Amino acid sequence: MNWFRNFLLPPGASTHVGEMDGLFMFITLLTVFFFFFNGALIFYAVRRWRRRSEKEVTPHITHDTRLELVWSLIPLIVVMVIFFWGFRGYVKAWVAPNDSMEIIVTGKKWVWEFEYPDGTRTLNDLHVPVNQPVKLVLTAEDVIHSFYIPEFRLKRDAIPGRYTELWFTATRPGIYQVFCTEYCGRGHSDMLARIFVDTPEQYETFLREGDEQVRKMPLKELGRLVWENKGCATCHSLDGTRGQGPSWKGIWNQRHKGADGKEHLVDADYIRQSILMPQAVVVQGFEPIMPTYQGLLREREILAVIEFIKELQ
Amino acid sequence: MSEGVLHAGAGHAAHHADYLEEPKGLWSWLTTVDHKRIGLMYMWSVLFFFLVGGLFALLIRLELLTPKQTIMDAETYNRVFTLHGAIMTFLVIIPAIPGALGNFALPLLLGAKDVAFPRLNLASLYIYWTGAAMAVATLALGGVDTGWTFYTPYSTTTGGGVSLMVLAAFVLGFSSIFTGVNFIATVHKLRAPGMGWFEMPLFCWGMYATAIIQILATPVLGITLLLIVMERVLGVGIFDPQLGGDPVLFQHFFWFYSHPAVYIMILPAMAVISEVIPTFSKKTIFGYKAIAFSSVAIALLGFLVWAHHMFVAGMSLFAGAIFSFLTFFIAVPSAIKVFNWIATMWRGSISLEAPMLHAISFLLIFTIGGLTGLFLAALSTDVHLHDTYFVVAHFHFVMAGANLIALLAGMHYWWPKMFGRMYNRRLAAIAAGIIFVGFNLTFLPQFVLGSRGMPRRYFNYLPQFQDLHVISTVGSWVLAAGLFLTAAYLLASFRQPKGMPANPWGGRTLEWETTSPPTTHNFEGQPVLQHGPYDYRPEPAPVGVKEMAH
Amino acid sequence: MSTVTPSAHPHAEHGHPPFLQHHFREMAQQFDAAKIGMWLFLVTEVLLFGGLFVGYGIMHARHPEAFMAAHHHLDRTLGALNTVVLLISSFTMVMSVWAAQTDRRKLLILFLALTILCAGVFMVVKYFEYSHKFHEGLLPGKYYSHKGDTVPGQFMFFSFYFMMTGLHGIHVLAGMVAIAWLLVRALKGHFSSEYYSPVEVTGLYWHLVDLIWIYLFPLMYLIS
Repeated sequence: MNWFRNFLLPPGASTHVGEMDGLFMFITLLTVFFFFFNGALIFYAVRRWRRRSEKEVTPHITHDTRLELVWSLIPLIVVMVIFFWGFRGYVKAWVAPNDSMEIIVTGKKWVWEFEYPDGTRTLNDLHVPVNQPVKLVLTAEDVIHSFYIPEFRLKRDAIPGRYTELWFTATRPGIYQVFCTEYCGRGHSDMLARIFVDTPEQYETFLREGDEQVRKMPLKELGRLVWENKGCATCHSLDGTRGQGPSWKGIWNQRHKGADGKEHLVDADYIRQSILMPQAVVVQGFEPIMPTYQGLLREREILAVIEFIKELQ
Repeated sequence: MSEGVLHAGAGHAAHHADYLEEPKGLWSWLTTVDHKRIGLMYMWSVLFFFLVGGLFALLIRLELLTPKQTIMDAETYNRVFTLHGAIMTFLVIIPAIPGALGNFALPLLLGAKDVAFPRLNLASLYIYWTGAAMAVATLALGGVDTGWTFYTPYSTTTGGGVSLMVLAAFVLGFSSIFTGVNFIATVHKLRAPGMGWFEMPLFCWGMYATAIIQILATPVLGITLLLIVMERVLGVGIFDPQLGGDPVLFQHFFWFYSHPAVYIMILPAMAVISEVIPTFSKKTIFGYKAIAFSSVAIALLGFLVWAHHMFVAGMSLFAGAIFSFLTFFIAVPSAIKVFNWIATMWRGSISLEAPMLHAISFLLIFTIGGLTGLFLAALSTDVHLHDTYFVVAHFHFVMAGANLIALLAGMHYWWPKMFGRMYNRRLAAIAAGIIFVGFNLTFLPQFVLGSRGMPRRYFNYLPQFQDLHVISTVGSWVLAAGLFLTAAYLLASFRQPKGMPANPWGGRTLEWETTSPPTTHNFEGQPVLQHGPYDYRPEPAPVGVKEMAH
Repeated sequence: MSTVTPSAHPHAEHGHPPFLQHHFREMAQQFDAAKIGMWLFLVTEVLLFGGLFVGYGIMHARHPEAFMAAHHHLDRTLGALNTVVLLISSFTMVMSVWAAQTDRRKLLILFLALTILCAGVFMVVKYFEYSHKFHEGLLPGKYYSHKGDTVPGQFMFFSFYFMMTGLHGIHVLAGMVAIAWLLVRALKGHFSSEYYSPVEVTGLYWHLVDLIWIYLFPLMYLIS
């Protein structure tokens, strides 16, 4: 039967696969069986009792309660089995384990955006470690989308103004296709994403250096991305307006007067220190409110911020 | 006067001219209150829109021949599949059997002169035409790209003629309601003397069950569609999450109608099949009451299962379980019917005329269509298959395959009664075969596409899906060839002179006791039931009143 | 239903009643069919309004403060007045049916006219209510422009207020047209104890219109 399953279903790669595939194949065989069963009965009847003369007289059989009971009860039992089987799989896929890694997924015309626990954001590419429960919290910005991973046998709508959930444990490293399955306009069929199920080593690399997209991005652009996504933009403006913290515009190679009265040259070391140990030097006139980014930014991202500030003249 | 196996029935010359001839003139047709003429006008209108919707279907299949753009761009494609869905659902499948065959045959089968409210019946046809004109007029506003389901908030934010299309569906709902009101009142009050509820042909039970759904579900769709218009025009906010509304509420409202509407599509098909199989098996129907009650059961259960369209839309576990559980109960009456039909053929005297061939193809296609429903009713498999081509294939099997093949069966069955003429029966048998092969070639591959993960409403698709799409597209050409052949020989039948006997197939229901075609008032006097509807015994035991009043 | 005894021999010629349509065997059958038809139509009406009632209920449950605050803008006195007016019109409609059944032609004309009058009063009161809302900017959806709200989101209450009372108002107007048509036929002397089904079925419709208002009034005007 394996060849038949492989013909009908894509190879599975999550813990939900076994439950769903078993039921799927059960109903498939049921369908095939009853199609040929009914077909054979009809074929037999037509061959055996084909009209040969207009004068033929047929028996007057109005009903047969026992027979009718049989073909009412058998389908009833079969569908009840299917119901409980399907329900069991659904329940298993319902509640995410407590140790799940939580990722926020936002669908918008026509991209998928992923936000990791550490605040990292990626577009259309999701990295997850193999054998680790992952919980996706789905929402949408504009219209309803739906997040579908055929290899995981999973799907859930992403609805604006609501949060829906989905969880899985990927069982096989590899790259898996994600489709949008709720019609959302012109780009609906191009609203694709990929899930990279990483080995522990690959995932380490991803955590350290970001995904491929980030690794290949020029530093300057990456710096802007960090400023946008990691919360810098909340306090530090790029155009000279004063926020909760000093603006980044034109500060490179300038001297900052610290709260301690000393002057500090804004160079690579100073910026690195301000990111990792923000309370070491607080610019005069500002509150010491910045949190540390120790462990939240990758080395390359810190370099990127420095490059970005350098350019802001 | 008859050829081959056709019965030389009581085809004596009519005292009055038949309903097709008298009165004459286009105006007499446009103002007629004769249910048969209204039925025919419904039939031609439905067939016209079937042609239009079918051409859109061919365009869709052609576009999907290659993974990227083939003949149109994505925005055009979205408009084409929306129009295909909207036309086929609201203008073809829902009105097809009730509007055309129901109007024509129901009063004849009951031995009545007309439906209970003939003017309301004519009004329903005009409303249908108005709604159809509005739907077509959306093309002038740039078309509609929402899909026929009009899901919010997409439908409340996208451009084009959504409001007009939605109003068209609203207007068409009234046509459906009027037909439903008419059929229920007709079945209750206009049965021939002596015809109790269980002496009624099963077609009437099917129409009655359909009418219940039309009356109970259509108004909810009506108000839902009005709310979309209100949302677009006034911004009332009920479906808009940014204004404090809930887009999923729309889905509940929509499917509260549209799921029962699925049974508006299948019950009439079952009704036709219940007439055709006994006649061509020359044997009484097996399990009359089971078939009659299962129709009503399906109609009522159909109202309790709407949310099975939303298993992945974030409903609660409990709600999901309840709706899945209830959905499975619909499988049982459906299975009962199929076995009853097969049992009717058992030990019969089976004549493989075109209507019977279509009925057999219905049985096989409905078996697949029904059983594949189990995948979608079961929670875990639905999560995988929801909104994929599997769903597309499933609903084409039950809605397009079963319904339209039953429509063909019914048209071939009553064609001699409608027009007094016979089509080329050999060509009809060949066409039935081509349609069956073409249909399966088109839609069977789509099950596999879906289970492999191909989502529906996709303009571009991944290259690994192409082989199956090519088979499906080729299948659509075979199907189209079969349908065009059918159109050709049916139209060619008008070149034959009239001359069909009253009862060419040897049926036992009342419509075969009047001339072909019938006179304007259907019967000479009031027919009185002499025997049960499917009683093929040489000397049937009489039921009910015996004396003829005329 | 018991008003006309079905004759034992439906086809015995005993004079064809003037309003018997050709496809019915006798008046009783035609009358019953008309009643079934109207009842079915009323079911569809209930479901049509039902959709709005459900929508109102769900949105009310989600935004209780906004709905509470918004309903204070409605004038309970005028709402109560309209309730009374419609109840009276239902009574006069019942009397119309009675007058038709008992061959009291003049009374029939009087009661039909009174029913139309009550419906007219209802619409006039509704007109004053609506123009007051328009003036204040208490409009549905995005046209809502009332100043000085302390609770946000009141536009949604008025969305429902106008949709539901508007749809009801359309039904009142349709009822007025139907009753006016009855009045014309009554003046022509069409109705009698033999034939009054149009009066009866229109009456059924009119009671439903009344009943819907009976539900709308507390739902909109008397939130507590």
